[in-house]
Amino acid sequence: MNEIIEGFFKAFQLILSLDPEVLNITLLSLRVSGTAVILGSIVGLPSGALLGLYDFKGKQLVVNFVNTMMGLPPVVVGLFVFLLLSRSGPLGLLDLLYTPLAMIIAQFILATPIITGITMAAVSSIDRTVRETAISLGATEGQLIWTVLKETRMSMLSGIIVAFGRVISEVGAIMIVGGNIRWYTRALTTAIVLETRRGEFALAIALGLILILLAFIINMMLTYLQRKGERIY
Amino acid sequence: MTILEIQHLYKKYSDKYVLEDINLEVGRGEFFTVIGPNGAGKTTLLRLIDLLDSPTDGKIIFDGIDTTKCSETEKIYLRRRMAIVFQNPVLFNTTVFENVAYGLKIRGVDKLTIRKKVMKVLELVGLADLWNRRATTLSGGEAQRVALARALVIEPEVLLLDEPTANLDPRNTAIIEKVILNVNKERKTTVVMATHNMFQAKRLAHRIAFLFYGKIIEIGKPEEIFTSPKDPRTEAFIKGEIY
Ligand SMILES: Nc1ncnc2c1ncn2[C@@H]1O[C@H](COP(=O)(O)OP(=O)(O)OP(=O)(O)O)[C@@H](O)[C@H]1O
Ligand SMILES: [Mg+2]
Repeated sequence: MNEIIEGFFKAFQLILSLDPEVLNITLLSLRVSGTAVILGSIVGLPSGALLGLYDFKGKQLVVNFVNTMMGLPPVVVGLFVFLLLSRSGPLGLLDLLYTPLAMIIAQFILATPIITGITMAAVSSIDRTVRETAISLGATEGQLIWTVLKETRMSMLSGIIVAFGRVISEVGAIMIVGGNIRWYTRALTTAIVLETRRGEFALAIALGLILILLAFIINMMLTYLQRKGERIY
Repeated sequence: MTILEIQHLYKKYSDKYVLEDINLEVGRGEFFTVIGPNGAGKTTLLRLIDLLDSPTDGKIIFDGIDTTKCSETEKIYLRRRMAIVFQNPVLFNTTVFENVAYGLKIRGVDKLTIRKKVMKVLELVGLADLWNRRATTLSGGEAQRVALARALVIEPEVLLLDEPTANLDPRNTAIIEKVILNVNKERKTTVVMATHNMFQAKRLAHRIAFLFYGKIIEIGKPEEIFTSPKDPRTEAFIKGEIY
């Protein structure tokens, strides 16, 4: 019991004194997950919008695929990216394994379907009523699409934040492809796993607290967006 | 002069005819009302007139133009001469001002003119004070008035109203009735209104069509319909025996 309380004390000390290792780990996590989510948005937002707006043959198949990908286990994604990037893999020549870039790739694969899926659901659910209102007010096809996308901007933002929340708290994928190398690819979650195992509870708790704080901020933002996104029907 | 002419109009959903052999003419500047019970086909008729849906058979002629022969682009331009307030209007998730400005914006009207016109029409519906409010925070009656303002601001030649005061309290109903009556009188805007409230039809309309299960039973001036209905079904509806 004493050990735990002591751990908490030391943890606060580490955070408040801006311990260089804690800072390095936190910044790496933010950088990797942030980049993955930005790239995921660049791909996910337009794909989600297109899927939400248009009907085509085989759409249901694509939708099912995206929905399945939304729940992909991070460990499996890690394995998949590992196989791609390992020496004998198809992208082995790029020598990316155990780099932050490899971690970004893995988290990008996790984030993109979430952003795509949430955007798609928002666009297609808003579609009918808003669409007809815009058309009846004289919108052309282009103006109509712009209006629908503008209407769903809050949901899109929620999708981005949800994706960020998922990848920043994920261990499996970055552990496999990043390797948890100190000062280089060690992130919040992978560091917690390691420090706990080594009995370094103070550092583990400090990193855990930072992760919880991030999760709290993310939730606040989501609640705020949901309130702003409320609609009249 | 006729602005709207409907000839032998049919609309079928799956296997069921929702409108059957509708024939009517609406004159420029006329206040025309379609009454009928729930499910009569009023909304369907208005949506067809606004070119939001295509008829199964028959013709809708708008200002001499056969709309059934129009391309999608031509339809956009015809639609821009009309405006509709839906039975359950949807407001865009932005301010009251931006909602009302929408139709003008997409027509490429300049900012200054938009400001003037939007504020003027908001004054007309008594909501000028709320111009900067988020539309999502409005009451049902206020939202309905914003939807009306959004339709009026583009100064349509034909204003289509689908149950504009259903579910509203007497005060909001009175405001809306006053505005649409005023627009019809002052601007000479043609109005086609659907309602299941026959007293409202009597208060506002120049002519009333009674629509019953997809068919027009009779068309006439309010006094004709109310004092000497030709059809027993019209009589029953007016007496409140069918609704
Ligand atoms: N898209 C649709 N698909 C299938 N049936 C439809 C569709 N739209 C309307 N209908 C049917 O057409 C009939 C007429 O509907 P409509 O909405 O035009 O009636 P209404 O007179 O406006 O009724 P209310 O007073 O309840 O608004 C109803 O039986 C309805 O179920
Ligand atoms: Mg209706």
